[in-house]
Amino acid sequence: MPHRTFFWFILPSALAMLLFIAFPLVSVVIQSLHIEHEQVIITTESCGPFGCTPSTAVDLEATALLKEAAPLGQWNGLGTYLSRNHLATAEVAEAWRSSTGLASFGSKLMNLPFYKALAFTMAYTAVVTPLVILLGLAVALGVNNLPKLTKGPTIFISLLPMIVTPLVGSLILYWMIDADGILGKALQWVFDDPALSLKASPLLTWLTLFTYGVWSGIPFAFVVFYAGLQGVPEETLEAAMIDGASRWERIRYVVVPYMGPLFVFVALIQLMDNFRVLEPIIGFSAQANASSLSTEIYGDLLGDNVQYASAAATSVLTVIGVAILLTPVLVRTWRDFNRKVV
Amino acid sequence: MAAASTKRSSTLVIVSSILVITWIIVAAFPFLWTLWGSFKVQGDFFSKADWRNAIYGTRTLIETGGPFTGAGYEGAWIEKEFWRAAMNTGIIVFFTVIISLTLGTLGGYALARSGYRYAFWLLMLALVFRAMPHITLVSGYLVPFFEWNLWGYIPTSIIVLVAINQPFTLWMLHSFFLNIPKDLDESAMVDGCTRFQAFRHVIVPVMWPGVITTGLFSFLLAYNDFVVTALLLNQENQTMIPKIASFLGSTQVEGNVMFAVAAVISATAPLFVLILFFQRQIVSGLTAGAVKG
Repeated sequence: MPHRTFFWFILPSALAMLLFIAFPLVSVVIQSLHIEHEQVIITTESCGPFGCTPSTAVDLEATALLKEAAPLGQWNGLGTYLSRNHLATAEVAEAWRSSTGLASFGSKLMNLPFYKALAFTMAYTAVVTPLVILLGLAVALGVNNLPKLTKGPTIFISLLPMIVTPLVGSLILYWMIDADGILGKALQWVFDDPALSLKASPLLTWLTLFTYGVWSGIPFAFVVFYAGLQGVPEETLEAAMIDGASRWERIRYVVVPYMGPLFVFVALIQLMDNFRVLEPIIGFSAQANASSLSTEIYGDLLGDNVQYASAAATSVLTVIGVAILLTPVLVRTWRDFNRKVV
Repeated sequence: MAAASTKRSSTLVIVSSILVITWIIVAAFPFLWTLWGSFKVQGDFFSKADWRNAIYGTRTLIETGGPFTGAGYEGAWIEKEFWRAAMNTGIIVFFTVIISLTLGTLGGYALARSGYRYAFWLLMLALVFRAMPHITLVSGYLVPFFEWNLWGYIPTSIIVLVAINQPFTLWMLHSFFLNIPKDLDESAMVDGCTRFQAFRHVIVPVMWPGVITTGLFSFLLAYNDFVVTALLLNQENQTMIPKIASFLGSTQVEGNVMFAVAAVISATAPLFVLILFFQRQIVSGLTAGAVKG
């Protein structure tokens, strides 16, 4: 296709992405380097019969004027990044000096909002992704063994947790694990502890969120792997059988290698989606015990006191995190592509 | 892995059946339970006394005189004006899907037919864009949108959702177009069509299966979106999912939880119907991206 035709075909799509994905990223970087204007304070002296007392008031008009003149706020350099709510360099250095060991340093680090959010986001991504792949593969192998007639309805039901809106899905589970809900009651009965509540401790909240992540992630992995299983060549399996491979060995040495690219694909999509975890934390009302990078940004943007600079700084740090996550994939693709060309 | 060639041991059959049955229960039970509970009163849905109340509806019978009640639905749809949110969602989803597909088919077709290096890089760039958490983009929108007075309107959200949707749409349609033989449009061009005419008269008639599948996923993205619609729309233009989230803030009042439960079921129903009719397309769509790389 000539360059000119290609250009006109791709233009609308590229324009949309440029304006609403690339520009916002630039805009976020600029915002993160600015900070909201300080309010203009005027000091007046009110004099009475007993002498004069100075009083301060916010000059609303001057503040508004200032905002209008420079809507971005004033230049702040890397100030927002280094502040307590983000990288907190001063606090981290202080914690490092005053800590007796790694454990105490870690616990001090977990009091800082950014590191707390980063820890949860990474834990969520690291726990949910492999579990989804393993369980998805297990379900796919199981469904593959089913009689043909039951496969359709099974796939239908399996799709539900994935298709449903994340917020809705997490709410449904949240109501069930409520201390008065059916799962909450069942857990109290199993552990024989009438006061047990999954919402109480950070650890239990984290586990609940991980469970939700796995529940909603399995269908995707399952469907992809199930489709992959349909394409595993029969001859290779038979050859392996003739060579005396057991069922497990056939899965290990024939099926799994054959589905290699699918594992990469599912892992990639899952990493991207788990890293942005937001809705479950809101659905489970778990902000007190668990926060992710996305909820930090969401919290800054919501409410009366919107903090653009803070949200923008966290956004930039998140984007850097995504970039680090994607680098291996991009490097690999680049190598493959070059090999193909040469 | 056809069944004929593999002799199965009975333990394996049992283990795999147990696994599948467990999974089916885990996947379906929460929905059935919530659907059933949405017709009860709060005292039954969160039963302090006995969990079986939720099945038999003991409190519901006492409070309303019948085993089922539509109070939650009535409260959500009429009192809390969920119908307005449903309407807004309908508008946003409809236009997002239409515009996404229009832009996506043009772009995807170009990417599939261009052999140049930059087409590959554009696809890679789209992959990177796909990975961006939507909330980071939203925090970039807010200041300019307020500044230019674009915030709060439905068209703004539609355009933003279309753009966020593009990377995925491009990838998917690109892989569908790769499957349509090149000879088809090239022979049309030999016969004197321009590239666009070839696209219009030869490719468009055969592309519908791919477009429908991609459309389903665009639908899901727009329908399930929370971040963009929650932060970019004003109260009046709110869509269903943020509306449900806003119910939660006001659920301290007895009975209001049931509004949220009813709203959740109402928002899930269309998705249920969607899978019912389009299961095959959804499955093929999920795998199309994967199998072809």
